[in-house]
Amino acid sequence: MKRVLQSIAARSTIWVPYFWLLLLFLAPFLMVVKLSVSEPAIAQPPYLPAMDFWDGPPGWWEDIRQFSISNYIFIMEDSLYWKSYLSSLRIAIIATSLTLLIGYPLAYGMARAPRAWRPTLLMLVILPFWTSFLIRVYAWIGILKKEGLLNQFLLWLGVIGEPLTILNTNIAVYIGIVYSYLPFMVLPLYANLEKQDVSLLEAANDLGCTNRQAFWKVTWPLSLPGVIAGCFLVFIPTVGEFVIPSLLGGSDTLMIGRTLYDEFFQNRDWPVSSAVAVILLLILIVPIMLFQRSEGRAKEREQ
Amino acid sequence: MKFLAKSMVLPAIAVALTCVAQAQERVVNVYNWSDYIDESILGEFTKETGIKIVYDVFDSNEILETKLLAGGTGYDVVVPSGTFLARQIQAGVFQPLDMSKLPNAKHLWAEIQRRTDAYDPGQKHSINYMWGTTGIGYNVKAVKERLGGEITSWDVFFDPEKLAKLQDCGIHVLDAPAEIIPAALNYLGKNPDSKDADELKQAAALLQTVRSSVQKFHSSEYINGLANGDICLAVGWSGDIFQARDRAAEADAGVEVGYSIPEQGALMWFDQMAIPSDANNVDEAHEFLNYIMRPDVIAKASNYVYYANGNQASTALLDKDVVEDPAIYPDAETLAKLYVTTPWGARNQRLVNREWTRIKTGQ
Repeated sequence: MKRVLQSIAARSTIWVPYFWLLLLFLAPFLMVVKLSVSEPAIAQPPYLPAMDFWDGPPGWWEDIRQFSISNYIFIMEDSLYWKSYLSSLRIAIIATSLTLLIGYPLAYGMARAPRAWRPTLLMLVILPFWTSFLIRVYAWIGILKKEGLLNQFLLWLGVIGEPLTILNTNIAVYIGIVYSYLPFMVLPLYANLEKQDVSLLEAANDLGCTNRQAFWKVTWPLSLPGVIAGCFLVFIPTVGEFVIPSLLGGSDTLMIGRTLYDEFFQNRDWPVSSAVAVILLLILIVPIMLFQRSEGRAKEREQ
Repeated sequence: MKFLAKSMVLPAIAVALTCVAQAQERVVNVYNWSDYIDESILGEFTKETGIKIVYDVFDSNEILETKLLAGGTGYDVVVPSGTFLARQIQAGVFQPLDMSKLPNAKHLWAEIQRRTDAYDPGQKHSINYMWGTTGIGYNVKAVKERLGGEITSWDVFFDPEKLAKLQDCGIHVLDAPAEIIPAALNYLGKNPDSKDADELKQAAALLQTVRSSVQKFHSSEYINGLANGDICLAVGWSGDIFQARDRAAEADAGVEVGYSIPEQGALMWFDQMAIPSDANNVDEAHEFLNYIMRPDVIAKASNYVYYANGNQASTALLDKDVVEDPAIYPDAETLAKLYVTTPWGARNQRLVNREWTRIKTGQ
């Protein structure tokens, strides 16, 4: 009896994560999919069919027959949407590369710092999270605007003769994204680099590698899982980013998060905005699956 | 065990007591625009009626509408603007007002009533809280330097050459097609409330010609922008621009903000108080509306927010710098030039929004 109970308990622990996924991912996603095949209406809620749970199966079937994919066709036909997707992907790729370029040396420096310093350095990376994300992005407005700190500093240095227009351009968006997501790049990289065995580098040196060669032949390949993890942690939220482009970007900064916001709030078209969200998810699933495959392969290699 | 029982009974009694207290406490949940009331009014209402106010604020019609359409907001009084109100009434979001509970409605201003009829036929669902115009706010000194005078006409915005002269000092425009497209239609000599697709496209084309000079389409940043002198022209809401003017005067950093209702006329907008169909405290909500319509109360609100209200009896109680400011209370001649608009149908709405995105992003 006790053993049966134990095995049930063991099995149910396996089911906990599935239940979690079902509750927090699949159920909301299905609701969004359902919305995306509905039609907008001037009503409360603003779409048809509303699909009341209490209608029972016959009522549901009646509602399901009204579903249509016209919203998806609409999105395909208007160039705005795919241009927004492309522009978001481009901004996300550039921003992720920049974050890697800045984050890698940072993580490397932290991992090679004296052991006693490391907790402090790690703390400094995490420290910005103690202030609200929104406030930190707002602060950049003060730094980047025409009479802002950056321009005043550059003018004082004499590097520029006239204040630069940075705020409300794509450059400001890149600065905002790199700043906000840098910790997500640094932390996995640091975790990886810190665990690496320094004696491997010594061995490489003994075998005739210069320090640079040793880095590219030993440290870099070993750090790839950290690089990939960091890049995905930055890339995926950046594609759908809304706050940074709307606060720091110009009116012509095209990102899918903003297009979706306009569709939802300005057009009041919940169905089309849901369709936009479903396609965004499909676009993001591909890199996530690639990521998981590379993770799986890395694990196999370790074994 | 005894201890356990005791420790459970006491909190249970406490909970029961607070429930009774709550059942007796009368509450009204109000959802209004941010920075839109003299807060002492809320305290005085509670003192007089014993009804507690839970006051919450929003900063865009779109946010309010999304909440209302999703339903179950828990608010008893909300304050949408005219065109939004009209659509929300159609969607069945609001309940008809019980006029027998609103004796102060007799103070309302017939002229404003007549104009809000376009949104709420017969004023069955709403009362006017404040009204104002959508005009041009500007930095007086910067504009004088570049254009040699004050702003009196929409030319400064819709003439690409004139607007380009102000480009270097910063131009913001409301991110709200329902405010800007009618102004363009009016400037072209068309009916600002036109529902004709071709005319709407012409208005969008006109805006496209001035697009390159506009720094940002945003519905609130211009308040700080004007006040700090970061921008020199904004097409925006009258009261927001007055707020910028006051902040600039307080800061005393040499920035003077002006507001113009251009000679071609401007859009007149109305913020209306209404009660959602699913409100829980309907009686309290009516009492709140009735209180707001008391001339001395609404006068106090206007004196604080620098907007005109729809209450004729309050005019005598207003501060001189409010009631005598033609930018707030326009004279009869200007008032005649102000126009109202009604909501676009679903098809035109999509057309306009698509054009608006094209104007903003070039896509």
